[in-house]
Amino acid sequence: MPQRVPQQAGGNPAGGLTRRAFLSTSMALAAAAGAEFVGGKAPALAQTRTLHVLEWSSFVPAADVIRDQQAAEFGKQAGVKVTIEHINANDLLARATAAIEGRKGPDILQLQNNSPHLYAGGLEDHNQLIAELGGDKFYPFIIDAVTVDGIARGVPYFFGGGANTYRKDIFQKVGIDKLPDTWEEHLAAGKKLKKFGMPIGQTLGHTFGDAPGFAYPVLWSFGGMEVDEKGKVAINSKETRAAVDFVKEFWFAACDEGGLAWDDTSNNRAFLAEAIACTLNGASIYFVARYTPEKTVPGMADKIGHFLMPRGPAGRFHTVGPSTNCITTYSENKDVAKHYIRYCHQKEVYEQFLVTNKGYVNGPLPEWQEHPMWEADPVVTIFRELPKYGRNTGYAGPYDRKSAEVRAKYIIVDLFAKAVQGESPQSAIAWAEQELKNVYERA
Amino acid sequence: MKASPQSAVTTPRSSGTLTSVEAPARQRSSWLENEAVLGYVLMTPALLLIVVFIAYPFSLGVWLSLTDKLVSRPAHFIGLRNFTHLFESQIFWGTVWNTIFFTFSATVLKAVLGMWLAVLLNRKIHFMRFIRATILLPFIVPTVLSGLAWVWMFDATFSVFNWGLRWLWQTTEWLLNADFGYFRGPRWLGDPAWAMFSIIMVNTWRGIPFFAISFLAGLQTVPTELYDAGDIDGATGWQKFWHITVPLIKPIAVVVIVFSFVVTFADFQVVYVLTRGGPHNSTHLLATFAYQLGMASGNLGEGAAVALFMFPFLALVILWQLLYLRKEDSQ
Repeated sequence: MPQRVPQQAGGNPAGGLTRRAFLSTSMALAAAAGAEFVGGKAPALAQTRTLHVLEWSSFVPAADVIRDQQAAEFGKQAGVKVTIEHINANDLLARATAAIEGRKGPDILQLQNNSPHLYAGGLEDHNQLIAELGGDKFYPFIIDAVTVDGIARGVPYFFGGGANTYRKDIFQKVGIDKLPDTWEEHLAAGKKLKKFGMPIGQTLGHTFGDAPGFAYPVLWSFGGMEVDEKGKVAINSKETRAAVDFVKEFWFAACDEGGLAWDDTSNNRAFLAEAIACTLNGASIYFVARYTPEKTVPGMADKIGHFLMPRGPAGRFHTVGPSTNCITTYSENKDVAKHYIRYCHQKEVYEQFLVTNKGYVNGPLPEWQEHPMWEADPVVTIFRELPKYGRNTGYAGPYDRKSAEVRAKYIIVDLFAKAVQGESPQSAIAWAEQELKNVYERA
Repeated sequence: MKASPQSAVTTPRSSGTLTSVEAPARQRSSWLENEAVLGYVLMTPALLLIVVFIAYPFSLGVWLSLTDKLVSRPAHFIGLRNFTHLFESQIFWGTVWNTIFFTFSATVLKAVLGMWLAVLLNRKIHFMRFIRATILLPFIVPTVLSGLAWVWMFDATFSVFNWGLRWLWQTTEWLLNADFGYFRGPRWLGDPAWAMFSIIMVNTWRGIPFFAISFLAGLQTVPTELYDAGDIDGATGWQKFWHITVPLIKPIAVVVIVFSFVVTFADFQVVYVLTRGGPHNSTHLLATFAYQLGMASGNLGEGAAVALFMFPFLALVILWQLLYLRKEDSQ
């Protein structure tokens, strides 16, 4: 029977949870998606109401299953029909644009990164919900992603990022005794791996996650930035040049050169097929090996580890892309949508979602970092560290519409892609500078 | 006694006058007998469809291209600033060049290979109906579906083409007892030149059946007596093709090529599925770039300007086709 808790419990998600409680929840979840459902409490609403939610298709399939189950449970309790539509993350923006401009479609758009800035005019004011569900306790970088002119245009639901997934056995075999901490060490390790025939796999294609997740942090770690604090284009610098020079060398010496065409799933396939020994990714590769071992070679899960992005002269950085539930202004079910978001943030409902993801996503409040889940599997514990190194795309300028446009146009990714394709670093940087000016200095 | 409505409409009274119902019916009937009026009446449904689905979106596109419209924000008229802004972008000019190169290459390949296939299919061979049905498959299968299969075949790690080439490479090494080193194979979608080649190849693969079937229909209208006459005059196969076949199927060929040119110029699916414009925009076409700007970046004004940039090219091609067909008709 579903548990019921007071509706306002969402503001204090993880406090007081014991290891015993966590283990009991995990055991229930381990019985796969058909496990006894953990409910939460939803208000009773009119029977004829409907709620349409558009969100990504998760790289952790069980997470989609649990979202659907939770939506069904909310619908059952509230007396509404809830439809969750999962689509490829690459197509979310196009669907959102069509919905906002057509003023018809999903009641809730689950937008990624700082997309709420793009659609601010078509999204409700969520300040009250933010105050109810965490207020100042939300991570600042995810609040920046949704706050436009002081008004929150959505409620951050989770954020994710990548770490280097690597083969422990191969690293050992080629003589890499210490995990790379700096880019130079990563390069040295990559050379050994490539010589062995299982290089580092990295995409520089037009992908929504893996390519920007590499290009931005490597730029930042050498001290480069697309704009300064005032929003003036600052890409043409010796720091950017150092980053480009490094990536060029890194690419040919250490990487699978086919990565220029990879999408967000190519490196997963290559890793699980033992074509590469290291790649920047979420924990999804490990999850496939651990929970569906028939999809890869025997014993793969036990050979996988993770380490953070290497640090450069300016430090270590990761992109941390939030996903945000945003109620649309055209929705005729705004009250239902608000109740649904509250429901999703209730402690036990959110916990179920988080635990199902097993470390693939982070909670929007720092308290979730204390959840025992992070200790349950040491292989994914490192993903808990991401917020420490998280930076928003558009750094050092504001995380606004223009930085979203730069990302959508893949200007920073293509800066590096051009260089590794043979264009001179000066020419690639000059190209990026012109394209950035077209975005930032446009009237 | 009440007269039935039917009799009121159809039966004039003996006095020769019309009832109040009969008069407008007769008037309407004579009105519709006027060809000028009937023509407009019959044309109206098609006109409405054109206005709703073509004229309105086109006008909206023109309007958007002249505004600073961003998604979820109001539009303000800015004249030609979107176009001048685009002209400063290297991505845009690269995209224009890509589109022209892609369109010409794919159309020429489809025309040549389609004609070749049509000539082969025009011969009497066994299982002809089955073969004709089979060659239509690429055209019938949804592009996105076949595109995904091509993505796998071009995959940097698992490409079946590279696997086959590598096998040939290693077999050659074995036969010659030589070591040529490791053969990796082309980076089909990872290298700008190979990526362009790949999208042209997929577009050609998909378009050949349309050309072949259309050309085949044309070939079957050519009287065999003309070929017999050519044989008597001692014409070679090539001479018969060039001096008999080509002139007679030229009207069909022009229509097919122009139609294909327009569709190829505005192609979206192949690039969207295979490369999304990458690597570093080297395979962006105007349609995919407009989509990226308008739909993914939310810059609807600039996206509309890119999309509209296709219009003059396509309008010129269509105009040329119309003039050509009119000339053919007059002959």
